[in-house]
Amino acid sequence: MSEALLSVRNLGVQFTTYGQTNQVLKGVSLDVPARSQIALVGESGSGKTVTMRAIMGLLRTPPARITGGEIFYDGRDLLTMPAKDRLKLRGTAMSMVFQDPMSSLNPVFTIADQMGTILKYADRRLGRSRGKKERMARVHEVLGQVRMRDPERVARSYPIMLSGGMRQRVLIAMALLSEPQLLIADEPGTALDVTTQAQILKLLKDLVEERGLALLMITHNLGVVRETSNYVYVMNKGVVVEHRPTAELFEAPRDDYTKALIAAVPRLTGGTSFGRAGAAA
Amino acid sequence: MEFLLFLLRRILWSILVLVGLSIVIFAIARVVPGDPARMALGPTATAEQVADLQEKLGLDKPIVEQYGMFITGLGRGDLGRSLLTERPVNDDIRDTFAATFELVLATITIAFVLGVPLGVAAARWKDKWPDTLVRVLAIFSAVTPSFFAALLLQILAGYVLHILPTTGRLPPSMDFVASVTGLLTIDSLIAGRLDVFGEALRYLLLPATALALATMGQIARITRSSMIDVSSQDYIEASRAFGVPEPIRVFKYMLRPSFVPPLTILGLEFASLIGNAFVVELVFAWPGMAAYGIRTILQKDLNAVMGVVMVSGVFFVLVNLVIDVLVGFVDPRVRLRGSR
Repeated sequence: MSEALLSVRNLGVQFTTYGQTNQVLKGVSLDVPARSQIALVGESGSGKTVTMRAIMGLLRTPPARITGGEIFYDGRDLLTMPAKDRLKLRGTAMSMVFQDPMSSLNPVFTIADQMGTILKYADRRLGRSRGKKERMARVHEVLGQVRMRDPERVARSYPIMLSGGMRQRVLIAMALLSEPQLLIADEPGTALDVTTQAQILKLLKDLVEERGLALLMITHNLGVVRETSNYVYVMNKGVVVEHRPTAELFEAPRDDYTKALIAAVPRLTGGTSFGRAGAAA
Repeated sequence: MEFLLFLLRRILWSILVLVGLSIVIFAIARVVPGDPARMALGPTATAEQVADLQEKLGLDKPIVEQYGMFITGLGRGDLGRSLLTERPVNDDIRDTFAATFELVLATITIAFVLGVPLGVAAARWKDKWPDTLVRVLAIFSAVTPSFFAALLLQILAGYVLHILPTTGRLPPSMDFVASVTGLLTIDSLIAGRLDVFGEALRYLLLPATALALATMGQIARITRSSMIDVSSQDYIEASRAFGVPEPIRVFKYMLRPSFVPPLTILGLEFASLIGNAFVVELVFAWPGMAAYGIRTILQKDLNAVMGVVMVSGVFFVLVNLVIDVLVGFVDPRVRLRGSR
């Protein structure tokens, strides 16, 4: 997979807080080919969120420090390219779908205002320009694409006026505004009820397939992995312990940690085998 | 519509607060030792003359009846006569209120225009030198009594540097009567007298700064903590991930949600602002209502004291009402929640 759209090579990140240094990522490698749907799964603290933030360039340095490795996007190393070039990619070529619809929208501005601002500066970074009217037209268009029934009304609303599911759709629309090629989704819908989450994941999958986008789904939920990806990386304690096509992984997990993860999923047929698997891990 | 209901509720509350205030101030005024009639007439007056005046003022009547007289007068907008100036209290207050109002407006403006950017800078460079500087400044301005700041400014800018006038509202040579709003800065502009406007600003600067310091410090501190709180919110991180440039993030996405606490604090600070104005007006010979209030308190000029306190109370309530409206404007959650 050398021709991957996104390729993370041997990434190392450490954090220094209160004089203590922790190597959080110990050489993580993963590939996201164009038009592929990749999942990165692991429990809290496994390093999946740090990996995502490093890719998006959102790590605060300090306390974080990148100790080694490369992140290639479209053949160019994000870590060594000029900051200005990297900023050009953020929110435009690669975009993020945020996890918590309740807290990821600014409560005191309308949806139209927030999406319009994102679009305005994305345009500016890309050397494009369009008037306010055209911007609003685009905002309404994208809100329609995430299957909002009344895009104009949604655009006029403040976040507090929308339901959780609608806000999550707005967050997806925000990510799609500038037609990125790569979407990084940070467990979207985790904060929602199960039915709404299922709808959101379905919507995301449809949008990604319709547009031929690459999707990197960051999650701790194996159900989400099965639903949304065809290749999966399993992370534990700062390293990728196993990576295989999704179907294979569920069929015959090789790594002990992966086995424990799969065994920990509660089953409707009764008996979670959680205790036994936990002991094995 | 919802917002109107919200406002209506606030106004009803305000009226209750003012009725409470009228009872309290009435009670306090009667409890304070000293006979107003005796003080007004001086030590040489005969007991008969004092009794006469007491009867005229209604001081010989039962306390409930006195309150009744006070409140019916208040209802008619009549605050009675001042023993000190021997004029209707209404006239005295009308003449002095505008000066205090102008001073307080200038004070709020200075406190906000300086306090908010200081708070923003402190938050933006948290734990760096701008933050330390602002924190030290805020503490100093908060613990310095305003009369001390007033004297210090007066000595420094007036007597040492000779750059600003130290007493009054306008140079005595300037004949200008603020006849529209009573505010010199506004009336001079209406009249097209830029020279008066400039002088009025120069005269305002020192007393307003002295009065503003403490409030400015408070606002800077509140803005700082509020900005830091907002900066760790997910939506700020999200706007960063979408490539919104830092100035927009700080001055739009962070500042507006951070604005509610300093606004609210301003409303509460307003009470102490009026209190401090009493001192500052004396130091700068500012012909305001606060200075008038002090003189009448010393004379136990009951009608005038109650008048000043009631007008201050109404002023306080109105300012807080305006702030409530502003908060609703800044934060739609307040506005929309008001309807539920």
